[in-house]
Amino acid sequence: MENSVSSDKDIISIQNLTFSRGHRKIFDNISLGIRRGKVTAIMGPSGTGKTTLLKLIGGQLYPEQGQIFVRRQNVHQLKRADLYNLRKRMGMLFQSGALLTDINVYDNVALPLREHTALNESMIRTLVLMKLHAVGLRGARDLMPGELSGGMARRVALARAIALDPTMIMYDEPFTGQDPISLGVLVKLIKELNDTLGLTSIIVSHDVEETLGIADYIYVLSEGKIAGHGTPEQISNSGSEWVQQFLKGNADGPVHFHYPADDYNNDLFQ
Amino acid sequence: MQNSKTQETLVGLFVACGITALFFMAMQISNLGSFGDENVYTIRANFDNSGGLKVKSPITIAGVRVGRVSEITLDKDEFVSVVKMNIDARYKLPADTSASIYTAGLLGEQYISLDPGGSEELLAENDVMDITSSAVILEELIGKFFTENESE
Amino acid sequence: MIDFFQTLGHSVLSSFAKLGRSCFFLLQILAGILTVIPRPRLLTKQLYSVGVLSFLIICISGFFVGMVLGLQGFYILSDFGAEETLGVMVAASLVRELGPVVAALLFAGRAGSALTAEIGLMKATEQLSGMEMMAIDPIKRIIAPRFLAGFISMPLLAALFSSIGVIGGQIVGVGLLGVDDGAYWSQMQSTLDFQEDIINGVIKSIVFGFIVSWIALFEGYDAVPTSEGVSRATTRTVVNSAFAILGLDFILTALMFGDI
Repeated sequence: MENSVSSDKDIISIQNLTFSRGHRKIFDNISLGIRRGKVTAIMGPSGTGKTTLLKLIGGQLYPEQGQIFVRRQNVHQLKRADLYNLRKRMGMLFQSGALLTDINVYDNVALPLREHTALNESMIRTLVLMKLHAVGLRGARDLMPGELSGGMARRVALARAIALDPTMIMYDEPFTGQDPISLGVLVKLIKELNDTLGLTSIIVSHDVEETLGIADYIYVLSEGKIAGHGTPEQISNSGSEWVQQFLKGNADGPVHFHYPADDYNNDLFQ
Repeated sequence: MQNSKTQETLVGLFVACGITALFFMAMQISNLGSFGDENVYTIRANFDNSGGLKVKSPITIAGVRVGRVSEITLDKDEFVSVVKMNIDARYKLPADTSASIYTAGLLGEQYISLDPGGSEELLAENDVMDITSSAVILEELIGKFFTENESE
Repeated sequence: MIDFFQTLGHSVLSSFAKLGRSCFFLLQILAGILTVIPRPRLLTKQLYSVGVLSFLIICISGFFVGMVLGLQGFYILSDFGAEETLGVMVAASLVRELGPVVAALLFAGRAGSALTAEIGLMKATEQLSGMEMMAIDPIKRIIAPRFLAGFISMPLLAALFSSIGVIGGQIVGVGLLGVDDGAYWSQMQSTLDFQEDIINGVIKSIVFGFIVSWIALFEGYDAVPTSEGVSRATTRTVVNSAFAILGLDFILTALMFGDI
């Protein structure tokens, strides 16, 4: 299992990463690799810094120690222009969608094309409609982001993320807070995009069922460490008590139900 | 997209209003609009005391503004105040014009009033007016009034 | 006691850090302004929300301030028999002080707070972060056009405020209280100097526009991305802008009209 950590097939390789926020260590010397063309999931309870990890990969945050290589480039030593070039090859789907609220759906998807390409408006129109069609929202092009449901906003954001035909997409909690139908749509979209476009996908999530369903490889994070990693089957059969508790959602286990406190009796009758 | 057109129109209107206001301030509120400095000629007058006269104080004839003070200096030999004034070129003044310094109202600012004479000759650039009467200094006047009263 | 010094030191250090961040932010904006020029659409949109939407409040306030000046000025000046100088008083107070200062205070309340809230919410909803990940610099795309719009709008708004104020003063002084119309304007024109009064007033409003836009955008950009953080940042924008406007006004007045 250890050999899966950073190999030549990795598009992203994270080495000895340490990052803390305040006094709390979010990542404590972790190393992991993400395979080209696969769906890799990073799972863990809320507050384990999964989103932080994506921001570190995107170069928006700086690690305290360790390096992150994306396509063999050290993200945090790139010049600004190179970093921006690298980011054009990465799509990121934010939890909230992060659509610009003052322009409509069409302009949101057109934004990266207008900013980064010299295409004329009719080319841009064709591309935007293609991308919107891919997520099934070609008819919603004139709506404002405020008029979209959460699931639709995420799909528009997905269309925007693939506008520049990136080689990898990072999904930040794509399944959270979705009704079963939009959930199904998103799972289908992520899988389809990955297979048809040959993308590398990184999914950060704590939704066990959906993630196990589409991921090729899974890392489970806990308290700044990697608690377990492997294919979905390996993870499901993991001997780690902690991983089992996380997967099954037991109320008590290695992660205690009670926030650390003094002895209950002492507290009540002091 | 249809409201981006209205937006642009409104922005255009706003900028136009703003520039009009700036123009209004320049022309209507300040002295810029009254007349430019190009069409003026300069004459001088020596006063024993120019009192509270300042650069840019108005110069009037019969209450109408014809120019303004451009410079006030002290003549080092004679110890008199030399007042240069810019007069609108439209007004030609006889050579025997006299200048007096008056105060607008009891506490108002001081200005020069010109009193044209009857000479055929006209004042030209840099000519000096001979007949002048100085500023009335209120304190002197009051002082004089009291000393006169006491001597009676 | 040690705790006290610790908190004191901490807050001093963090305010220096904030000042440093804001200066760095300003440099980034200034560098980004050039990229706005070839894209006038972005600017028009912001001129609309910053300038046009402040138009009405500025005009109405200017009108009433002018009327009050006309009324109060008349009562005081008529005691000295100097009603004719009413125009001078109204225009000088507006052009030199009230126009730039009150317009800037209103601008901070109307447009500045809106800018902070907008940027803060964009940050809270990850729109800024999202743009960065799309390799679009939010400073160039979002911040710089807004800054430029504030910078352009402020002198125009202040000029509108002063002009409408002078007309308001005229309506009260000449129309209601019977000051001579010719005297109102001619006294004003002969006393107020273009260079000294109008230009200095406009310079003040340009400085205020710069400062208010800077503060508003920085507070939004630096806001803690939660609803509480954004509301605090909005309050800080109004308070800090007011301090900056009044403090700078004193300094500028001393430099411009004083004999320093």
